[in-house]
Amino acid sequence: MSAAIATEPLAGAPSGRPAGSRLFAAGAAAGHAAHLAAYGPVPRHGRDWSLAQELEASGLTGRGGAGFSAWRKFAAVDRARRPARYAGRAGRSVLIANGAEGEPLSFKDATLLHNAPHLVIDGLLAAAEALGAGSLFIYAGAARLPALAAALAERSDARHIALLEAPDAFVAGQSSAVVSFLETGRALPRDVAGRLADGGFQGRPTLVHNVETWAHIALVARYGAGWFRAEGTAEDPGTRLVSVTGDVPSEVVLEVPGGSRLDGVLASAGVAGDAVSAVLVGGYHGRWVRPSGVVLGGGGVPGGGPESGSVRPGAGVVHVLARGRCGLAATARMVEYLAGQSARQCGPCMFGLPALAGAMERLAAGRGGPELVREVGRLSGLVAGRGACHHPDGTVQLVGSALETFADDVRWHLAGQCQETGGAL
Amino acid sequence: MDDALWAFARVSGLVDMVLLTGSVLLGILTRSGRPLPALPRVSLMLLHRNISLLAVVFLVFHVAPLLLDAYARVNLVDVVVPFLGSYKAFWQGLGTVALDLMAAVVATGLLRHRLGRRTFRAVHWLSYAMWPLALAHSVGNGTDATSAPAVAAAVVLCVAVLAAAAWRVSAGFLETADARRGGARRDWGRP
Amino acid sequence: MSVAGPAARLHIDWTMCDGRGLCTELLPEALTRDDWGYPLAAPGRVRARADASNVPLTGAELGAAVDAVKLCPLLALRITGP
Ligand code: SF4
Ligand code: SF4
Repeated sequence: MSAAIATEPLAGAPSGRPAGSRLFAAGAAAGHAAHLAAYGPVPRHGRDWSLAQELEASGLTGRGGAGFSAWRKFAAVDRARRPARYAGRAGRSVLIANGAEGEPLSFKDATLLHNAPHLVIDGLLAAAEALGAGSLFIYAGAARLPALAAALAERSDARHIALLEAPDAFVAGQSSAVVSFLETGRALPRDVAGRLADGGFQGRPTLVHNVETWAHIALVARYGAGWFRAEGTAEDPGTRLVSVTGDVPSEVVLEVPGGSRLDGVLASAGVAGDAVSAVLVGGYHGRWVRPSGVVLGGGGVPGGGPESGSVRPGAGVVHVLARGRCGLAATARMVEYLAGQSARQCGPCMFGLPALAGAMERLAAGRGGPELVREVGRLSGLVAGRGACHHPDGTVQLVGSALETFADDVRWHLAGQCQETGGAL
Repeated sequence: MDDALWAFARVSGLVDMVLLTGSVLLGILTRSGRPLPALPRVSLMLLHRNISLLAVVFLVFHVAPLLLDAYARVNLVDVVVPFLGSYKAFWQGLGTVALDLMAAVVATGLLRHRLGRRTFRAVHWLSYAMWPLALAHSVGNGTDATSAPAVAAAVVLCVAVLAAAAWRVSAGFLETADARRGGARRDWGRP
Repeated sequence: MSVAGPAARLHIDWTMCDGRGLCTELLPEALTRDDWGYPLAAPGRVRARADASNVPLTGAELGAAVDAVKLCPLLALRITGP
């Protein structure tokens, strides 16, 4: 996929505060000089300023998929690193920028790392200073590493940041997988009884954020929470990157304000509203929705399902299915892929996902009656919540949203018809 | 007196061989995940554990008299370090190796919650080496091992363990094997 | 399940469990088995998705749960707070 930026890089923002694109203000493939010219140096803050407070006030949420409050994760590590009275020494904290981007439909992290690596580095450094962190890592696919190494070499303050080559696997980006990759060299998610903040890498307090989250942290550290909230809505402040893919004129990464209308995002990507059947928001672990009237809501919106008019952006994927295409067939292919991506550690995931994929495949092929729909529901119940990572849950969400959104197609298929072929299956 | 000790050691050794065999067979059965008609999985697991512990007790009964017996000339070092003994050093050495392995298997079994699964499993596999060593030792060392009943007993134990081992490596060994190969849906019912 | 909420929870580490079915024998009210033999929280026990891996237990089941933790051949079980 090509790494296109649709947002206009802003030429020389006078105040040093970019007004257009926030994350790509330094232009394409920005070096350190261009980065400093666009964003200015990191200001020296007074004693009463704290990054934790700014993050809390900013309302920034994780941009990797789970959409958890960035401040809460930060505060948990902050708490864990201070030796409790009776606890042993926790060890110095570990910060990891996660750019593994295992989601096949997403390429916004690659785009960000290619064009604005210095924002990610700045974010890590700002947090390292606030947390007294011991080890800093950037974890990304092999293709990203040379440019990242060059960016690190360009500046004297980032020599201690280490690069890690992420394996090319769907679950390699799960944060517990990142930590086990550091420890064992294998990116397998592990059973998480506690939080990584209380004991991740070598039992040290560990903060794993998506690379885009780190870039936003860099900007909050520079310009503060008020500036961050100037874009987006009260519930979903700031901007986010979305990868627009599927039946689109060209696949692009867009930077959009929180709470953007989905049809507006599609229009920016050059997609005509009446050409769209449905949109998969959030990627293979996301949800299918009909775009009209739906808002890309914040990660924190409770139960942010389409019924509330807002859908969680997850990993920031907006995948378009053109009118006339079969959503069930598309979903069946995705579930097949997801079943193949199980790390095969957890029984219900290892056996349940292939069974679910098989049932979806039969449904898409129109082989079976109404009992097939019940079977999909039953199998979904058997895998949901029963894995060490969210892979089964994400898959169940995809399947559930497909059955809802494509309810008409389900009826057609059970009758042996398909909209895509316009006739018999 | 020495004769009594000698006889006691031999009988304990024979009983221990039977217990060890029972423990290995039960171990394989628990590994398959299958219950017996009258014995649920939990009981099989407890039986496996308790028979193994009983085997340790009988091993003590087997070895202690030899230490006390002047004629056998076995000392503490011979009990743990193989192939030093003065009487049938090779066959006795096999017994010593089996004893060491058994100690390791039992100790890691009891401490598995502390040691973690990897260590426990790796050491537990040694049971498959321990059993043939113990049998070879009892046949090779036994004073009347060539008598017809002794040979018959050894053959019966061998056949039992070999059959269990063959079952262990067969495709349908696990209770869940069929269901996991995509066989017909199975209703496990109330356990 | 008592109205006051669970007394404790049984956490299942899916990366360890091999569905040998000892825990399901010991806790027949709380656990059944799924299609592949893995322990499955009884229908009434799962209110939130996380309950599927952290099965709520009544006070009366605690003893059996402790036995299950001790006997699980794969060390896949742990008792956690409510
Ligand atoms: S839930 Fe699936 S993908 Fe996640 S760790 Fe377990 S087996 Fe792997
Ligand atoms: S006893 Fe352990 S291995 Fe067996 S089903 Fe229960 S948790 Fe899984």
